[in-house]
Amino acid sequence: MLEVSELTTSFPIAGRQVPIVDGVSFSLEQGKCLALVGESGSGKSMTALSLMRLVPRPGRISSGSVRLEGQELLGLTVPEMRAVRGRRIAMIFQEPMTCLNPVVRVGEQVVEAIRLHERVEREAAKRRTLELFDRVGIPEPGARYDYYPHQLSGGLKQRVMIAMALSTQPRILVADEPTTALDVTIQAQILELLNELRAEFSMAILLITHDLGVVSRMADEVAVLYTGRVVEQASAATLLARPEHPYTRGLLASLPSRHRPGEKLHEIPGVVPSPAHWPAGCRFATRCSEVFERCPTEVPRLLPLHPDQRAACFAREGRAE
Amino acid sequence: MSEPVDSAEAPLARGAVGPSSQSSSSQSSSSLLEVSDLRTWFPVRKGPLRRVVDHVKAVDDVSFQVERGRTLALVGESGSGKTTVGRSILRLVQPSAGSVRFDGVELLGLDERELRPFRKRIQMVFQDPTTSLNPRMRVLDLVAEGLDAFGLTKSRAERMDRVVEALEAVKLGSEHLRRFPHEFSGGQRQRLGIARALSVGPDLIVCDEAVSALDVSIQAQILNLLASLQERLGVAYLFITHDLSVVRHLAHRVAVMHQGKLVETAETEQLFRQPEHPYTARLLSAVLSIEPAPLAPHP
Repeated sequence: MLEVSELTTSFPIAGRQVPIVDGVSFSLEQGKCLALVGESGSGKSMTALSLMRLVPRPGRISSGSVRLEGQELLGLTVPEMRAVRGRRIAMIFQEPMTCLNPVVRVGEQVVEAIRLHERVEREAAKRRTLELFDRVGIPEPGARYDYYPHQLSGGLKQRVMIAMALSTQPRILVADEPTTALDVTIQAQILELLNELRAEFSMAILLITHDLGVVSRMADEVAVLYTGRVVEQASAATLLARPEHPYTRGLLASLPSRHRPGEKLHEIPGVVPSPAHWPAGCRFATRCSEVFERCPTEVPRLLPLHPDQRAACFAREGRAE
Repeated sequence: MSEPVDSAEAPLARGAVGPSSQSSSSQSSSSLLEVSDLRTWFPVRKGPLRRVVDHVKAVDDVSFQVERGRTLALVGESGSGKTTVGRSILRLVQPSAGSVRFDGVELLGLDERELRPFRKRIQMVFQDPTTSLNPRMRVLDLVAEGLDAFGLTKSRAERMDRVVEALEAVKLGSEHLRRFPHEFSGGQRQRLGIARALSVGPDLIVCDEAVSALDVSIQAQILNLLASLQERLGVAYLFITHDLSVVRHLAHRVAVMHQGKLVETAETEQLFRQPEHPYTARLLSAVLSIEPAPLAPHP
């Protein structure tokens, strides 16, 4: 369905092109959910923006391929790409207000979105909007249709965003931290809604998140990003149970929920290096507890360790199948 | 560890970081902070005469205690009033009624001048360290701001020593003294925020979502730091958060807020094992546990 290979997006930093997204590959199958997981600066959001061809200047996609249902997106003209966006790939963001117009009634905004992509009568679009509002769990859709965004709670605004994203029945929904700004009880409801809709619309979800709890609830597959590269990729169940890459292991081990109360938390030493200071070889080498001689200078490849698990780590390579 | 120093007005032991009054003469057996029936209502005004037509009951008859050297987590969703409680204690907002006793002294009746020593003994750490650090001040002056405000140091050398000591407590070296906040990562900035709070030797730190904006690996570093500071200095925390996995990890007791009211208070393990209030139960069930639990590694 979606095939991303060797995608590289560069930004000029300190006088040279730095690959903020560096040779990222993954594929997403119909009706599945793939999570791109990483901390701030991992390149997860930039990966999503790259495949939507929404990379902000002065960044640019320097190489790679993004194929949607067999069609190469990186070669499309701007108008062709605009037709793909919204219609075949839709996106929702952490903060709904970045996409909602504060001075237009929310119902009208969804109607506009529908009519932008399809030739339908206003009345028909309104009927579909009301159905969608109902489907995404907005109570009293008829009344809410006339609300302005500020009159809705964060959870309801996110539901409006989801309704808008679904209005054109996209094949892929890119969800960038969709619940990070929401309260826990609302978060659980929104995730459940996304899971239901995924089955109902046989839509694939590309989930961008830093939250491993969200991964556990939503994802079939996980790709862990660190400084622009995929360091580990596996089924969600395997990754959460048996992480292989030292970074993934450290990340899971530092969760408070994996410790007894009061027990000292596992720490990954240091901080994520900034792009100007990325090490030449494995970019995790400066923080890793299993460093080999070649780690600081050579780049490890993402190799299969088990049938459903790959990691980019020299310490694991001996065991690669 | 600091020398026990009586009352906030007494000069601090040189280089004292941490509570200055653990064995304060006044009621050392009682709780450090006792909040009773605290009410912070914001008036809703309407019409040409700006008549008060209603109130937003942000905090409505809330009572709890924080023990010396212990951590109370104040938990709730957005709009529950948890942040207003923290701000009410320091009188950053004016409570409408109730009582806030700190080390035996009622704070709500005090005027600004009388409140000053308590502004030193109760410090605050905020969620977003970027907005609480003046971008045009260097680290030395940022961390010394509290020391200067309360006139706690007598010489430049002493001021420098206290700042370096506070930075060391949060594991930042003295090489950072001349830097500006933007030169630091998010985690380091939060360390600066904690260093600022520690520099004046508080008994209580109100942490308002202090680790919520941090990445997982950095959050672990800061949580470990907070725990070790408590162990070493005996400082108490009022830990305001929405993150229940963090609560379970570091709080001794938990108070759950919902729509301005406190719905349940219990020892942490008790609360997680057997929530009494339906809202607490709902909150706990919404936590996304990370399944599956670790398995044996591949053979």
